[in-house]
This record gives sequence, structure tokens and C-alpha cells, in this order.
Amino acid sequence: MLGLIILVGIFQSWNVALSIFNMCLISAVMTMGANIQWGYAGLINFGLMGYAALGGLAAVLISVDPVKEAWAAGGFNILMCLWLIVVMVFAIRFVLKSFEKSKFRSYGIAAIIIAGIVIIRITSEPSIEAIEGVNPATTGFLGGLGLPIVFSWIVGAFFAAGLAFVVGKVALGLRADYLAIATLLISEIVIAIIKHEDWLTRGVKNVIGLDRPVPYEVELQTKEWFINLVAKFNFSKLDLIASISDKQAALNQLVIEGSSVFVKLCYSGLFLIVVLALLIVTQKALYSPWGRMMRAIRDNEEAANAMGKNVVKQHLLIFILGSAIVGIAGAMLVTQDGLFTPGSYRPMRYTFLIWVMVIVGGSGNNFGAILGGFAVWFLWIEAAPIALFLINLFTAGLGDTHSLKIHLIESVPYFRYLMMGMGLLLIMRYRPKGILPEKIEIK
Amino acid sequence: MDFLNAIILLLNYIFLPALTYGSQLALGAIFVTLIYGILRFANFATGDMMAFGTMVTILFTWYFQSLGISLGVLPTALIAIPFAIILTIGYMLLVDKFVFRYYRANKSPPVQLAMVSIGVMFITQAMVRIIIGPADRRFFDGEKFIIKAGEFKEMTGLNEGLAIKSSQIITIFVTVVLVSILFWFLNKTKTGKSMRAFSDNEDLALLSGIDPKKVVMITWIIAGILATIGGALYGLDKSFKPFTYFNNMLPIFAAAIVGGIGNPFGAFLGGYVIAFSEIFLTYAYKKFFMYILPISMEPETLVQLLSTDYKFAVSFSILVIVLLYRPNGIFKGKVL
Repeated sequence: MLGLIILVGIFQSWNVALSIFNMCLISAVMTMGANIQWGYAGLINFGLMGYAALGGLAAVLISVDPVKEAWAAGGFNILMCLWLIVVMVFAIRFVLKSFEKSKFRSYGIAAIIIAGIVIIRITSEPSIEAIEGVNPATTGFLGGLGLPIVFSWIVGAFFAAGLAFVVGKVALGLRADYLAIATLLISEIVIAIIKHEDWLTRGVKNVIGLDRPVPYEVELQTKEWFINLVAKFNFSKLDLIASISDKQAALNQLVIEGSSVFVKLCYSGLFLIVVLALLIVTQKALYSPWGRMMRAIRDNEEAANAMGKNVVKQHLLIFILGSAIVGIAGAMLVTQDGLFTPGSYRPMRYTFLIWVMVIVGGSGNNFGAILGGFAVWFLWIEAAPIALFLINLFTAGLGDTHSLKIHLIESVPYFRYLMMGMGLLLIMRYRPKGILPEKIEIK
Repeated sequence: MDFLNAIILLLNYIFLPALTYGSQLALGAIFVTLIYGILRFANFATGDMMAFGTMVTILFTWYFQSLGISLGVLPTALIAIPFAIILTIGYMLLVDKFVFRYYRANKSPPVQLAMVSIGVMFITQAMVRIIIGPADRRFFDGEKFIIKAGEFKEMTGLNEGLAIKSSQIITIFVTVVLVSILFWFLNKTKTGKSMRAFSDNEDLALLSGIDPKKVVMITWIIAGILATIGGALYGLDKSFKPFTYFNNMLPIFAAAIVGGIGNPFGAFLGGYVIAFSEIFLTYAYKKFFMYILPISMEPETLVQLLSTDYKFAVSFSILVIVLLYRPNGIFKGKVL
């Protein structure tokens, strides 16, 4: 796998190879999260994009500086509304506990919810308009806490865990494919809220220019030590160039490229630390008594229940842990991109692609999850050039202006879906446990 | 106190669009529920199969238009639909033979079939985009409006206009006719009854001598008809964009589950429930209240409970609530 990435580096460019490598690492983290839920506990979570989005939201809320005018304009009101929501939740819990199950009680709860929504809408509307009116082109939202962005990786995990707790309480009793549909739809609701609530997230206006934990390329390009490093690296190439001005121009070009490569390597380092840490933790968990209990619950729930294991609680725990990991990955992704685009969280790109990674890599095996993440992401990115190459190969006989050839070449971006689908179907048919299946211990 | 204007407002902006959208959802929901009830898996390729049917309809429509055939006031697509149905059914039977049959024969858990349907979804998406491209296509030709808003205002002298698009009437009419035929087939004919028996209790049905291969084939045939007509009607009314069809799959699933999955009549009603609730809860009632209430009590804000961005969120929330409190759906469907 790494060999393939190195090949890309040689043939296309190191920049491309490194960006693929970084995205592979992020995908590997997401796949590990999904794999924990599916491989350890047999839970299908199609809501992965919602958790990734929450991770990205955490990145925004932690690292962006607070917008003081917005807080002055509407901050207090928003806090009041949050308090109202909390009051509403407690009221519902109170009603649920003190009255018996009856039509009256259900209508009462429905009435509380509707009245609550109406009251919150009415009280929050003026403050939301005020906040969004503060300089809408650049801010128009409340801003964040202004802390270093690396903290957001952990906060993202907490956000995702919070949502997973709610979703788990609500949906975990459902059968497998219903759980899939329910989680998919709930994550769509979450994304709709993130896209719409401009006062919190800037919605579809996107948040750009987030802080970075690694140096900026432009800063690097002016640093002495970096220029010397690049010169030393490319000594042989630069020696061949005769004139001084050409040499300087070539060096400048190399410095620009090199700075990009260096930044990506820094990210790779950070991401590798996360991946390795997660791998160690999950591997230890897999072969621990707790891991064996989870697999026992997955394989025979009734027997596990009869032995006194609290199946519901364990399922909820796994659900929360897996979703938290996906949240970390979401925060990592937004950190690397430096911008938060709620509109980019689509089910195809996140949920379904990651599930292809889980299944292809091997369900229940952490190394399989990482392999799946790498392999599928690599195929996803390289599918377009590969398809172009194959199309040119097969239509070599036709002239360059032949309509079929032009049509095929234009459709090259969609061949990746075809390859994903074929890959998934082939794996599910001929190697249903994935490339690296789960290792079953036989004692 | 202008009741007539208020009623026309509701008809124009709520009832007519909701009936149309509900019909489109209902066809898709019956497709989902039949495959779930009889073939026993959640078909995630629903939206893309409908897109496939619509794509073939569009190709045939273009072909007929190039030949100069047209239906005058009605859209040419109506002639193209039967041919498209045949091709779509062919595609679905091929997919069943090469993909789903293996897992059915091995009695795989429904989860595996759902995952496999995701693979089919990827492939179908790719094929639709490669053949016809991802762009927006409008293929409605023929008289667009039966009554325009301006004409209505002239005819009645009211402030509010009622615009009736012919695609809306075609959608509602075709849906009602198609669903009636389907229910007659399921309830009154022997094949339909055998299909319902197969859905209810597979082992007993097999014991009674019902041929499972025939049941599966007829299911895919009906599914192909529903997918093509449902997709084509949606495309005629709005427009054909493959991405929209994929997104529409989610409310279709919501409609099928709310109505009780495995129950076609429930799916039919579920489509309308979802459509009406989406539109009811996200419509801005300001004008309505302006007509009903006296001038002193006129509302200042839009009086909109949830913004229109939340349209999909409404149907999903209804689904989640139904899954929690009444998992069998409105009409008792398959138990979860």
C-alpha cells in the first residue's frame, strides 16, 4: 500500500502523494471508529458524516476568536434560549417519570415540545438576527474560544460522543438495517441544523482561515534554515544549472514546493501520532476481557444477556466510543483544510465511502480498518487518472474527436463510483470478511 | 375576514404541492416496501434505480422528439415511459440475477443484502452519470399550465391566484390509477395473493406450492414499473438531476417506514403524511393570518414554525418519532 503511494510520488508529485497519505490517515481514523461499532458490536452506524461534522464544528468553536460585538448583541439571549431548552428537557423527563404511560401523557409531552419550540423561536429570533447582522461578510456569528486548534480534536470527540449518547439512547434498540436508516436520517438532521444556524456556524457561508498547528508555507519560504535545507537536499540538481539567476529561480521554485511538502509532512506526523495511539488502544482493548465480552455480545446476544451482561449499556458505550473517534477525525480534517464547509458533508462522500472502507478492509480487525482506509481512499482519488488511462487505452483506435471518446473522457470522474461499487460487490461476494478478516483466537 | 382568499392560498401553496409531492413519494415508498416485504432487504439503491428509469425515459423522449412524434398538450414522455419500463425491468432483473440472488440463496442476513445494495447504488449512480451526465434536464413538453395564476385571478376576481400545472394533475392522476391497479392486483388476483403470502410467511408459502422464482420476478417487474413511473413523474414535475434523486431516497424511506414497512397501503398513505407534514410545518403562514384575522391582530413576523431548510429534517424527525413510539408504523407492518 505504501509502495503505491510512493509510486504516485514518483510519477505525479510528492505533494499529491503526501496529500493522499494525509487523507488516508484521516480516513483510517474514521474507519477505525466505524469498525469498532461494526466489528466489535455488530452495530451499523450510517450517521458518520454527522459525527465528522460535529468534529469540524468543534474545530471552529475552539479556535476562532470570539466576535465581541456579536456576543454583546445577542449572546445573552442565546444563553437564555439554551437554558429554555434545558428546562424543556427536564420538564419532559419530569412528566415521563411522574405519570404512567397513557395517551394523556403522550399528548402532554407533545404539547410541551411544540410549545417549547414556539417559545424558543419567538425569543431567539431577534437575537439571531442581531448576531447575524454583525458584519455578515466576515463574521456574522458568535465566534469561538480562541484556543489552539489541537484542543478541538479532543473537544470534537466530546461533541460527537454527546450526539452519540442521544442517538444511542433513542435508536439502539432497533434492528440492524433500521438502525442504519435511523442513524443516517438523524445525522442528516444534524447537518441541516449546522447548515442553517448561521449564528453558530456561519452556515453555508463557511468558516475560512482557521488557525494551524503547523507553520504556514509562506512563512517557511522566508526562513533561512528552510532555504538552506532545500538547497542541501537538491544539491545535485542545482549544481547542474550554470547561471546564478537561473539557479536562484530554480531554488525559489524548489523552496515553494518544498514548503508545501514540509507542511504536509508536519500534518502527517501529527496524524500518525493519532493513528498509532488509537491503534494501540484499540488493539489492547480487542484482546482484553472487555473486548471478548463485546464480541460475545455481538455473536450471541441472548446468551450474553443470560450471563448477566448489560447488553444495552455495552452497546451504548461502544456506540459512543466509535462515534467519538469519528469526531476526532472530523476535527483533524477541518484542521488540515483550514476551513469548515457544512455543505461538503454529504452521505456519499462520508458515510457510504467509509463503510466501503470498513467492509473492504476487514470488519473486526483494526489493521484491516487502516488498510481499508488507505486502499479505498487511494482508489477513490486515483480512479480518475486510472480511468483516463484505461479509456485512452481501449479507444486508441478511435480518432480524438470521436463523440464516444469525448463523452467517455468527460465522464471520467464518475468511474470512481463504478470502481467503488464493483470493488464492494466483489469483496462481499468472494471475500465477505474483508481483505484482513478478524483474527479468531483459538485457545 | 377573507375566507375565500385564505382557502385559495392554502390550496395553491400547501394542498396542491403536497398532493403532488406525496404522490411522488408514495410511488417510491411502495417500491421500497415491496422489496422490503417480499425480498426482505432495505434497498439503498432506490433513488438511483428511479434515476435510472427516468434516464431511460428521457433518452426515449429525446428519440421520439427527434422523430417528430409528440402528444400535443401532454408531454411526450408519456409515450416513452412504457419503453423505459421494459428496459428498467431488464436492468433490475440483471442486477437481481448477478448480485442479489446469491445472497438470497445463501439466506444471508438482511444486513449483508443492504450492504450489497449499497454497491449496486454506487454502480447505478455511475452508470446514470456516465450515460446522461449529472446536469439538470428538463424534458417536459406540452402545455405546462392548465390554469395560470393570472387567468384564475381574472376569472374569479380574487386576490390570490390558483395555478394548476398539468404535471401536477398528471402526477396525481397517474398515481391514483397505478396504485388502484396495484392494489387490485395484490388483493384480487392469484399471483398477487401468492406474493402477499410469500411476504407474510415464506415457509408456509413455499409449502403451499408457490413458486419463489416467479414471485421474485414479478416483484422486480412491479418494482421496475413503480420506479420508472415515479421517477419520470418527479422529473416531469420538477426536473431530472441524478443528485436530487439520491437525496429523495431518504424521505421515501421515511414514508415507507412511517406507513408500516412491508405494507403497500401504508406506504401509499405514508407518502402523503410525510409530504403534508413537510409542507405544513415549514410554510410561512403570515399571509394566511392576514386574511383570517382582523387588521389589528395582523402578525408582523413570517409565522413560520421551522425554516424551509428544515424540510427534510421534518420528515426525518417524524420518522424518528415513529420509530420510537410506534415502530410498526401507522398500519402494522413488519415487526422490527
